[in-house]
Amino acid sequence: MDWLQQLINGLALGSIYALIALGYTMVYGVLRFINFAHSDVLMLGAFAAFFLAPGMEKLFPAQSYLGAFLVLVLAAAICAAIGMLIELLAYRPLRNRPKLTVLITAIGVSLFIEFTCQHKAVFGAATRPFPKLIPERSFNFGGVIVGSHDLLVPAVTAVLLAVLWFIVQRTKTGTAMRAVSFNHQAAALMGVNINRIISFTFGLGSALAAVAGVLYAMKAPGIEPLMGIQPGLRAFIAAVIGGIGNLPGAALGGLLLGLLETFAGGIPGLSNYRDGIAFAILILILLFRPAGLLGKAQAEKV
Amino acid sequence: MHWGAKRWLLASVAVAFAVSYFSEHFNRYYLGIAVDVGISVILAVSLNLINGYTGQFSLGHAGFMAVGGFTAAKVTLELSKTLPPAAAPALFVVAMLVGGLVAALAGLAVGLPSLRLRGDYLAIVTLGFGEIIRVVFQTSETFGAATGLTGIPKFTTLFWAWSVAALAVYVVASLVNSTYGRGFICVHDDEVAASAMGISPTRYKVTAFVAGAFFAGIAGALYAHHKQVLKPDGFDFMKSIDIVVMVILGGMGRTAGVIAAAVLLTILPEALRGFADYRMIIYALLIIGLMMARPQGLFTWPLWGKSARE
Repeated sequence: MDWLQQLINGLALGSIYALIALGYTMVYGVLRFINFAHSDVLMLGAFAAFFLAPGMEKLFPAQSYLGAFLVLVLAAAICAAIGMLIELLAYRPLRNRPKLTVLITAIGVSLFIEFTCQHKAVFGAATRPFPKLIPERSFNFGGVIVGSHDLLVPAVTAVLLAVLWFIVQRTKTGTAMRAVSFNHQAAALMGVNINRIISFTFGLGSALAAVAGVLYAMKAPGIEPLMGIQPGLRAFIAAVIGGIGNLPGAALGGLLLGLLETFAGGIPGLSNYRDGIAFAILILILLFRPAGLLGKAQAEKV
Repeated sequence: MHWGAKRWLLASVAVAFAVSYFSEHFNRYYLGIAVDVGISVILAVSLNLINGYTGQFSLGHAGFMAVGGFTAAKVTLELSKTLPPAAAPALFVVAMLVGGLVAALAGLAVGLPSLRLRGDYLAIVTLGFGEIIRVVFQTSETFGAATGLTGIPKFTTLFWAWSVAALAVYVVASLVNSTYGRGFICVHDDEVAASAMGISPTRYKVTAFVAGAFFAGIAGALYAHHKQVLKPDGFDFMKSIDIVVMVILGGMGRTAGVIAAAVLLTILPEALRGFADYRMIIYALLIIGLMMARPQGLFTWPLWGKSARE
């Protein structure tokens, strides 16, 4: 039954990776660059929840589901605003510059957020315990012990994936997003407001990152300004594994990476190399499918 | 052209030797920074060959540095017990070369699979290789696991740091300015056109990775014998970013600019020591501001236009 336990843990971890990976891949879809600051938005989401939770406890009884839900929604809204702000201030002025310039700017923005938050006047570098938002229970299914958290995370992820699918495939804004991702100029000629759509994409991706940040923080030992780096990096790998720019690919890549990492971590001797495993998987997959699992290879036309 | 370059090389080595001769009279703190500057120049110039001239965006340069540093440190730690002290300079040269060659092998290992990838994919894979290298050193008992290696003899002097830096600059500049080396720039500008002209992008990319990794490994060896303590943590993603920023600040594919940027970015953190709390925030803002205002690099202007990127 050990493998079943690992499977559930892996699914929970993979769901978080998938949520973050979607943000990376959406931004890549519309702007064709890797938003390095995405992992810091995740951290800001966790901190937003950290500061909101005590206030929420005054309105609702402690550890209530409604309170937790409101904390999650508010954290997502705050991060959506932050994501849009980053895009407006740092990336929009560079819209028509070479992609490398934007990539380096993204690294700069990421470092800026990390170091600013580490400053003692902001959050400080120390690790803080994350408040318990909902009661934790564990269920025993014939010897397999499942924490309520491990069930909650995949459930929340599934709901958000469905919402995201609806937005992208069934709404006018979603259609516009797909059009922008296909061709900026043609979309603009069809009357799509490119700036608005890109801003919306950043907001949506950052909101997902915030939810992932809160879910991650609920299980992590504590939160600190650099907490986003490791899950962010994994999610980024997940997005690349799935084929960056491809939404189902990001979800698939996230789940795959979470499962493989959990199972590999369970093998004695391999557990020390846990940090390297994600990258090894990435390199192996890219060797055989350079555009990722679901990505389409594009031939260069002369 | 070639004689001019050689004369510069000899002059730099002579200056390094002369300054190093009087180094005992200098403040040890400043001397340490001067050695750091030399190491940074080697790292930046070697990354410039990969990122700047060949246009292959690599985010794993610190990994190669780690390979060279740990290998060389291990060589001196093992052999210095059996050899007489008089053999120290020879041992150091051997250790540096071994470090450089092993790093070059790592460069080959990274270069080969990366050939099918470009742009963002290549960046993430090189980042991945850098992290894997760090994790391997962090878990390997031979290399001291997480505590790293300590008690490495202090072989690196100002002379070694500066003359190897001069050598790295000379090799990269001569390589790129040679008939063969025009191929790097050709691959950078347009791979399809390069293949049409009979230039194999594969070969040039691998050559760039191997040569760049070799010098990064030597820089790692110098670093190990300068700091005398090596920790795997010191070679993380941040270190790679530091080197990338040097190349970009100097202007991709402009050796003189990259050297200036390496010097500036090594001295700047020391100068900002008084503002330790704000130092890294300033650094981050510097990167963003630079990309907005001068994405072509700070030290790029028509006066220095003889570089290959025109």
